[in-house]
Amino acid sequence: MRKKVIFKGIALPWLLLLPQLLITGVFFFWPAGQAIYGSFLREDAFGLSRQFVGLENFTEVLADPNYLAAGWTTVVFSTSVAFLALGAALYLAVQADKAIRGANAYKTMLIWPYAVAPAIAAVLWLFMFHPQIGLFGRMLNGLGVPWDYKLNGDQALLLVILASAWKQVSYNFIFFMAGLQSIPKSVLEAAAIDGARPMRRFWTIIFPLLAPTSFFLLVVNIVYAFFDTFGVIHALTGGGPGQATTTLIYKVYVDGVQNLNFGSSAAQSVILMFIVILLTAVQFRFIERKVHY
Amino acid sequence: MFRRTLMAGAVALAGLIGPANAQAPTEIQFWHGLSQPLGGLLERLVADFNGTQTQYRIVPTFRGSYPETMVAAIAAFRAGQAPHLVQMFEVGTGTMINAGRAVIPTHELLTQTGVNINFDDFLPGVRGYYAAADGRQMAMPFNSSTAVVYYNKDAFRRANLNPDQFPTTWEGVGRALAALKASGHACPMSTAWPTWLHLEQFSAIHNIPLATQGNGFGGANAELQVNNPLVLRHLTNLVNWQKEGLFRWGGRDNAGEALFPGGECAIMLTSSGFRARVQREARFDWGVSMLPVYEGTDPANAIIGGAALWVMNRGPNAQRSAAELRGIAEFFAWTARPEVAGKWHMDTGYLPITRSGFESARASGFYTQPANIGADIPIEQMLRGASSENTRGIRLGGFVEIRVIMQEEMEKALQGQQTPEQALAAMTTRGNAVLRNFERANRGG
Repeated sequence: MRKKVIFKGIALPWLLLLPQLLITGVFFFWPAGQAIYGSFLREDAFGLSRQFVGLENFTEVLADPNYLAAGWTTVVFSTSVAFLALGAALYLAVQADKAIRGANAYKTMLIWPYAVAPAIAAVLWLFMFHPQIGLFGRMLNGLGVPWDYKLNGDQALLLVILASAWKQVSYNFIFFMAGLQSIPKSVLEAAAIDGARPMRRFWTIIFPLLAPTSFFLLVVNIVYAFFDTFGVIHALTGGGPGQATTTLIYKVYVDGVQNLNFGSSAAQSVILMFIVILLTAVQFRFIERKVHY
Repeated sequence: MFRRTLMAGAVALAGLIGPANAQAPTEIQFWHGLSQPLGGLLERLVADFNGTQTQYRIVPTFRGSYPETMVAAIAAFRAGQAPHLVQMFEVGTGTMINAGRAVIPTHELLTQTGVNINFDDFLPGVRGYYAAADGRQMAMPFNSSTAVVYYNKDAFRRANLNPDQFPTTWEGVGRALAALKASGHACPMSTAWPTWLHLEQFSAIHNIPLATQGNGFGGANAELQVNNPLVLRHLTNLVNWQKEGLFRWGGRDNAGEALFPGGECAIMLTSSGFRARVQREARFDWGVSMLPVYEGTDPANAIIGGAALWVMNRGPNAQRSAAELRGIAEFFAWTARPEVAGKWHMDTGYLPITRSGFESARASGFYTQPANIGADIPIEQMLRGASSENTRGIRLGGFVEIRVIMQEEMEKALQGQQTPEQALAAMTTRGNAVLRNFERANRGG
């Protein structure tokens, strides 16, 4: 069923669309256009000389082993963050949905971390896991675990994954809670009467009925891991040690803002833009079909 | 000195007669990258200058860390709103010298305004870092530091080491580290500014080049030369010491410094500017020493860190007025006065940048006060040994990026992901790629 509104002229619809079009234009199309334009140029930091270099920035970036390594780091990082954040949130939501004393207090506390800014979240984790001044960092070292994320790349990656996932759990939790509450109780009760145990009820009823929510959250989480984790990485590891925690978006920042290499940074942004367009298109086209709405 | 005052007076007089006088004082924007307490001292220094005259008003603004200040100034220039003066750390020198018409070289500023500053009075290691290859001054030296060793004398006593004599050689340091560990010290040594200390300063005092073309002073076509036997030997030592628990990596930039004042690490290699913090926080007997060298080396002078003041044009197509330039030049001349330079040195712990400033501090009895024992060691280290083209400083374009690359490769070597040889080879390859990029982007600029 489709609703159609008929306008008399074309002025009013355009007027109504205008604010949205302006915002999209100013905050999306214009900067994206600038990035595409900049990706074909090579200029000095002060902008005194510029040179058109065609696709050279792209070929250079794609041939750079450090860029490819950052790409792989991003894949590991994003999938880990997405699955960890989704898994933890789903578990917590299912637990909080049970009839327990003080459920609302738990729910509120689980939602809290979402209000914490990424950089502050990173500082919290730093104070917990810093090998010398962190509570857990010292404890680990005291137990004989050689914990030093400033020098051990795997530990550093693990730490930024944990910190980033922790930040996102609250968001996922809210959606899963809402999803759980919309599942009709009668269906679950019927299954229980038929003798289905809790685990079976979860996998055969709750999980499939949560699929639309899960799918939506998967997209949101991957986009989050791609773009919104900059603050956590910047404050916690600065992309190091070596380049162990340099993701694609972090590299865009390092090359553009720190190294003032605008052409390369713009080319990387354009590549990132295409990755995200592709990712979203693939997700909606192919995965969506298998989800029961 | 009398002549300089006379000159400054004459210029001031000329300004009084000029038409600029009818208007409000000329404002000069000054962006700096010093956090507290140093930033407050800088702002007080500027206020003192503003108090000496009524024609110019310098407005200092804190713009974040050095790299952030640099990026902000460059972005402002592109937008046509650059500050008149920007405090730029030494790593940005190569970028600024090649900035073409974005920058007004200090020697040009002085010629145009007729203000005279006696650069012969400046410490050669300070002046030279910010001078062009032909000796003309490009930026005004302001706050300079060098790298020294801080060590815990109590820990030395416990390890039966002489607390009044820090080893002068790295071989001796190696033995001291073993003794410290044997006496139960969990972290014998750590370092801050890993590349500045263990590559840049190390190369300078061993009188070997960090890059061709006299460390880049000769031109933008320089190439890194860090892959040499002496640096390899040192990096190998660090990696081995790390494995044996004699050395601890404290992180990039100055992150390692936190390990010293609490007594966790017995030896800390870092900037001479670290002194104030040790004085305030350390609850043990500590000492300062010059950097060690490998046996058989006659140590050359150390190089500086810190920052200088650069004069910028407002934007790609916007020049500065004569009054603005004169105000800047007079401010520069004022900061070079012995009493001003000496006070700045004593208040902040930075090097005295002029000999007369050093003398002024010495005459005031500063170095003989018990609290300031060893405060002249950084200066002596700047003046010791022969100076050569290896000890003038580093003048590489994109050096901010190269330093990060060097730190990354050092980290990988210390993690055991690659050998020290591979680390130095990777630094050279990646660093040279940055240099070639910079050379290309700045050609004809």
